[in-house]
Amino acid sequence: MITMENVSKSYKVAKRNAGFGEAVKSLFHREYETIHALKNVSFTIGDGEMVGYIGPNGAGKSSTIKILSGILTPDGGTVLVDGRVPYKDRIRHVKEIGVVFGQRSQLWWDIPVIDSFELLKDIYSISPQSYKQNLEELTDLLDLKELLRSPTRQLSLGQRMRCELAASLLHDPKILFLDEPTIGLDAVSKLAVREFIRKRNKLHGTTVLLTTHDMQDIEALSDRIILIGKGEILMDGTLDDIKKGNETIDETVAELYRSFDV
Amino acid sequence: MKSGFTIRKYQSFFRLRFVMGLQYRAAALAGITTQFAWGFLAIMAFSAFYETDPAAFPMSFQDTVTYIWLQQAFLALFNTWMLENEIFDTISGGNIAYELCRPIRIYNMWIARSLANRFSRAVLRCLPILIVAFLVPAPYRMVLPPDVPTFLLFVLSAVLGTSVATAFCMIVYGLTFFTISPQGVRILFASLVDFLAGGIIPIPFMPDGVRRVMELLPFASMQNAPLRIFTGSLSAQETARMLGLQFFWLIALVLIGSSLCRVAERKACIQGG
Amino acid sequence: MKNPFSEKPIRSTKKTSALKLWMRYVGINVRCAMQYKMSFFMMVLGQFFVSFSVFLGIYFMFQRFHSVKGYSYNEVLLCYATILMEFSLAEMTARGFDSFSSMVRTGSFDQVLVRPRNEVLQVLGSKFELTRIGRMLQALLMFVYAIPRCGVDWNFAKAVTLLFMLIGGTALFSGIFMIYAAFCFFTLEGLEFMNVFTDGAKEHGKYPIDVYGKKMLLFGTFFVPYALVQYYPLCYVIGKSDNPLYIFLPLLAILFLIPSYLFWRFGVRRYCSSGS
Repeated sequence: MITMENVSKSYKVAKRNAGFGEAVKSLFHREYETIHALKNVSFTIGDGEMVGYIGPNGAGKSSTIKILSGILTPDGGTVLVDGRVPYKDRIRHVKEIGVVFGQRSQLWWDIPVIDSFELLKDIYSISPQSYKQNLEELTDLLDLKELLRSPTRQLSLGQRMRCELAASLLHDPKILFLDEPTIGLDAVSKLAVREFIRKRNKLHGTTVLLTTHDMQDIEALSDRIILIGKGEILMDGTLDDIKKGNETIDETVAELYRSFDV
Repeated sequence: MKSGFTIRKYQSFFRLRFVMGLQYRAAALAGITTQFAWGFLAIMAFSAFYETDPAAFPMSFQDTVTYIWLQQAFLALFNTWMLENEIFDTISGGNIAYELCRPIRIYNMWIARSLANRFSRAVLRCLPILIVAFLVPAPYRMVLPPDVPTFLLFVLSAVLGTSVATAFCMIVYGLTFFTISPQGVRILFASLVDFLAGGIIPIPFMPDGVRRVMELLPFASMQNAPLRIFTGSLSAQETARMLGLQFFWLIALVLIGSSLCRVAERKACIQGG
Repeated sequence: MKNPFSEKPIRSTKKTSALKLWMRYVGINVRCAMQYKMSFFMMVLGQFFVSFSVFLGIYFMFQRFHSVKGYSYNEVLLCYATILMEFSLAEMTARGFDSFSSMVRTGSFDQVLVRPRNEVLQVLGSKFELTRIGRMLQALLMFVYAIPRCGVDWNFAKAVTLLFMLIGGTALFSGIFMIYAAFCFFTLEGLEFMNVFTDGAKEHGKYPIDVYGKKMLLFGTFFVPYALVQYYPLCYVIGKSDNPLYIFLPLLAILFLIPSYLFWRFGVRRYCSSGS
């Protein structure tokens, strides 16, 4: 179970203005501004739930994922993931979760994918028999057989994302955080990724929290949507709650963004 | 009209790089500290050599100190290892296709960029180093050129030196079109050229035979010429010879570089980047 | 079909040892490097020439001067070979710290933090720079040349001192790389100044530190302990001093890793609170 209660987080960033004069001025004096990434964010996600976490760029989605995966320490509030405080005992926590950052790769670029997997086996200290079993299952479900022997750099984006998903599930985590897992994928790959996530959830009861800009992801995967904008939770409900009549989901969400002025 | 327009294009590149360079004040401060420490250590080592055997010095200790301070202050102008990663990435990453789309010669654009980069760095960094170099206690203090004409000759030679160094870098960029290992080419060139230019040991300290050959190479036309001219202890004939060599190498390197880039452009067009 | 909530086979209870994991990282790094053999070869050659030009500088200076502050050419070569070997060993193993800024910039440090292993181990593993053997080769050649010629009456104590110098120096440079990496958590600009302590020390460490004056010797003794792995033990080896304490001073430099590690920890904590 995941609970966030009144979690807030703010950053300080240096302002930089355009122009020659400003550049010279900033040599001597620099202004900072505080950005509130999260303001009193609260929600609870039960075991085995699949939740879509949506919101415009810079709304605080990544900060939330980072806090939940133990990378970021919040300024205030309480965070509990299966009874653990993620940022307090990082190593014990991350053993139990899987994280995929859609824009980055965890696979080594120049060596066959299977070698990266073998390394993860040692990093997570996975026993040989569960490694074998998990790998077989993942290879099967994600259709990786042909890919495992090729170096990551030769894979297409869609193929790579399938491997990334497998990489973050080798240690069989109960919770999976997906940060934009379908970004940049072609239609076929998107379908494959969605199909896999659904199956994984069904077979293993894996809790899934995914951020995305692709509303079809939400439609295909999650019954529940959490909408965040300007660091605040604006809505927490089901797709049916917000859908009116015959609107497509994109129209629905666009209207939602507009109505909350985010 | 048309040429005015072209020049404005390069001016805007130049200004962009210049503003970018100014923004990185921490980098500038760090550079100044580094170069000051480097100069200080080099001077201390030379002073130890001077104590051991002053008679073996090829020029006065005073001139040596000035040479080293100037070298550190104007490092950004004369060095050949300050190549731009962005340009390498453009070539190896295939983004060169974009650059080829623009109505501009790659050679000219890169030279404008590199000069801007060098000047923006030098402007920020030279003054603090020079100020400190004029303030430190006597034997380690830098001295001014003896008269105004010497100083003007130094400025001329410095401009030529910067141009020779930039023109040389263009050739390195051009060569990376033809090799699969730009990083390897780069590091090979960097160490060899730095040595030949007098970056490790000032050229006057080389044994005579070696020195005579090195002074003829294009690398001596980068920093060695202006740094030697500055102190005013060269004869008029020697100064003239150095400036002449600088002119010669500038023309030669620009010709080589621009034709290399032209071949490379054609190659990139054919292969599709 | 499987019961969705069936218990999975029991997790491995035995943790893979850090050393085994590091070896695996090294293996992967080497295989990656071998993917680009030409590039690798050029880099090794390049690394060799970088330090070769410094050697040439020493060579030409001693054509003119024959000695500096009482150190002969061969003694200086011994000194430079030691520093170069220490630096290359540290750079080869701790290159992950040396190139850490890109890890912070690209966000791949986040990947490190979502893995259940110590961050230092993972960063060390992220990059093992085999190309530095180019420089080690240079150091080795200088050792081969200088050791029989530097006029040292080699005995067990002196050989051990040299070994301790290599160990202590490698630890010291690794510590400096770690400090450099820790700075990356605070700013990615202006880290160039750390070059004074890394490349600067490697290059200017070619001469025993007292060549640069008394104040530098004090600095190198108490602030960043270069003198502990260079000047003092070197004096013992070449017979300028017979203080047996100097044999063990290089090992004292290993303690430098403690403040380095503390600073690194501080940086990691700050990264986790700022997330930038």
